[in-house]
Amino acid sequence: MNIHGIRAIYRFEMARTRRTLLQSIVSPVISTSLYFVVFGAAIGAHMNGIDGVSYGAFIVPGLIMLSLLTQSISNASFGIYFPKFVGTIYEILSAPVSPFEIVAGYVGAAASKSIILGTIILATARLFVTFEIAHPLWMVAFLVLTAVTFSLFGFIIGIWADNFEKLQLVPLLIVTPLTFLGGSFYSIHMLSPLWQKVTLFNPVVYLISGFRWSFYGVSDVGVGISLGMTLVFLGICLGLVWWIFRSGYRLKA
Amino acid sequence: MQPIIDVRQLSKTYASGFQALKPIDLQIRQGEIFALLGPNGAGKTTLISIVCGIVNPSAGSVLAGGHDVVREYRAARSQIGLVPQELTTDSFETVWNTVSFSRGLFGKAPDPAYIEKVLKDLSLWSKKDSKMITLSGGMKRRVMIAKALSHEPRILFLDEPTAGVDVELRRDMWTMVRALRASGVTIILTTHYIDEAEEMADRIGVINKGELILVQDKAELMNRLGRRQLTLQLQSPLAAIPAGLAGHALELSADGQQLVYTFDAQAERSGIDVLLRRLAELGIDFKDLRTSQSSLEDIFVDLVRERA
Repeated sequence: MNIHGIRAIYRFEMARTRRTLLQSIVSPVISTSLYFVVFGAAIGAHMNGIDGVSYGAFIVPGLIMLSLLTQSISNASFGIYFPKFVGTIYEILSAPVSPFEIVAGYVGAAASKSIILGTIILATARLFVTFEIAHPLWMVAFLVLTAVTFSLFGFIIGIWADNFEKLQLVPLLIVTPLTFLGGSFYSIHMLSPLWQKVTLFNPVVYLISGFRWSFYGVSDVGVGISLGMTLVFLGICLGLVWWIFRSGYRLKA
Repeated sequence: MQPIIDVRQLSKTYASGFQALKPIDLQIRQGEIFALLGPNGAGKTTLISIVCGIVNPSAGSVLAGGHDVVREYRAARSQIGLVPQELTTDSFETVWNTVSFSRGLFGKAPDPAYIEKVLKDLSLWSKKDSKMITLSGGMKRRVMIAKALSHEPRILFLDEPTAGVDVELRRDMWTMVRALRASGVTIILTTHYIDEAEEMADRIGVINKGELILVQDKAELMNRLGRRQLTLQLQSPLAAIPAGLAGHALELSADGQQLVYTFDAQAERSGIDVLLRRLAELGIDFKDLRTSQSSLEDIFVDLVRERA
């Protein structure tokens, strides 16, 4: 195991985060704060609570998930896309590092960054609304699992993308809609029975539901199913990454 | 002695169908400087890229330091340093960080003293805290070399190291390459500057259109280089070489206008003075004369043309 290699990649990526602090940490925090101001404080004050939770508090887990998903994907996809774009990937490819070590470095750094971000948003949210976390360990588990899974997904997108447009395409066209429609701002029980069924095909529903359960002990779908679906998605991403390195897809001629 | 790099029946056909390398065999000896010469697109970079793990081979195998570069990539790659042709750098990193990164990536524990030495040897020490983006092209090239040396490789690949490099850096680089060889590092450089190969290499390989058409000791090539010719433009044509000139290595051109004398430039006496005196005695006048040397370039051009 090339521990020094993993550390080199991890530290390199974290240094990139520090250099782009404003973009990486501050801007998601500002946009999330705006959500709280608008939906939590301004509109939420006029709304009834959902499942016995005040609306402002209800959206906290969904908002953290929203940032977690989009940031994990953009961090990880950019992290691996950029070396491909400028050509510095040659060094990674010629180094004695295994695919697992490369992924551990890049995805580990992207996930760490997302987890830090999620924690900051959680703290920011606390300034606007009061809430308690019913199952803190599960909360951390869902946070970490989601960050890792979607950083892996971002890594795959970064490898697949051969221009900047594609890099933005999947997050913009798929992930953001799925997250908004995945129950960030509402409980899926508020939908008509037909749409409740349709929504169950949205993987993000399970992430948000499970994460919200860890806060308030209430969920749209069973927490076991949430966990299971998250693990399934993690498994799919791992499989794809394994295939990428085996075939050299978009990495090696 | 076992070769440090052993290429066997290695070939590469890209997905586009372009055959960049026809099956190649090549053995690099430990501790030598090997120059791979060839025109653009000949397959030099493809060959290096396969050895370094950047391109997958279509067929054949490569051993580096006795380790298969695909199956035992870890052992093989940790001995290899690569300075690629293009200046691809992380613009916002400092020189120190980017060189330290390379060392870590190749599995070596941090060693600030060693990195300091590498940077000093390459006259980069004063720039250690500069961001890459602020460096000149020549300085970036030095950093690329520092990165390749950061993990103390036994084998160093220099892909077109002096392309677009000024005279000073070129001289520094040659000094450095010699010092590295003296410390036991094997160096493989590609170039299309023939004088560079002439100056630096112990052995030279010529590659063209994916084929390795010649691998020879430079000394042997230099023997072929040592031949010089004196061409005399005659005042009036000759029908044949006069009997009085027999014994000199002379040739007469088809139109009888030119006498060509071939001699060994390395020899103590070229024999030119004797020949010219003899011509004067025989009353053969000439209006012009020139000498020429068959260079590695000529040999190279001939070789490449022969195969075309």
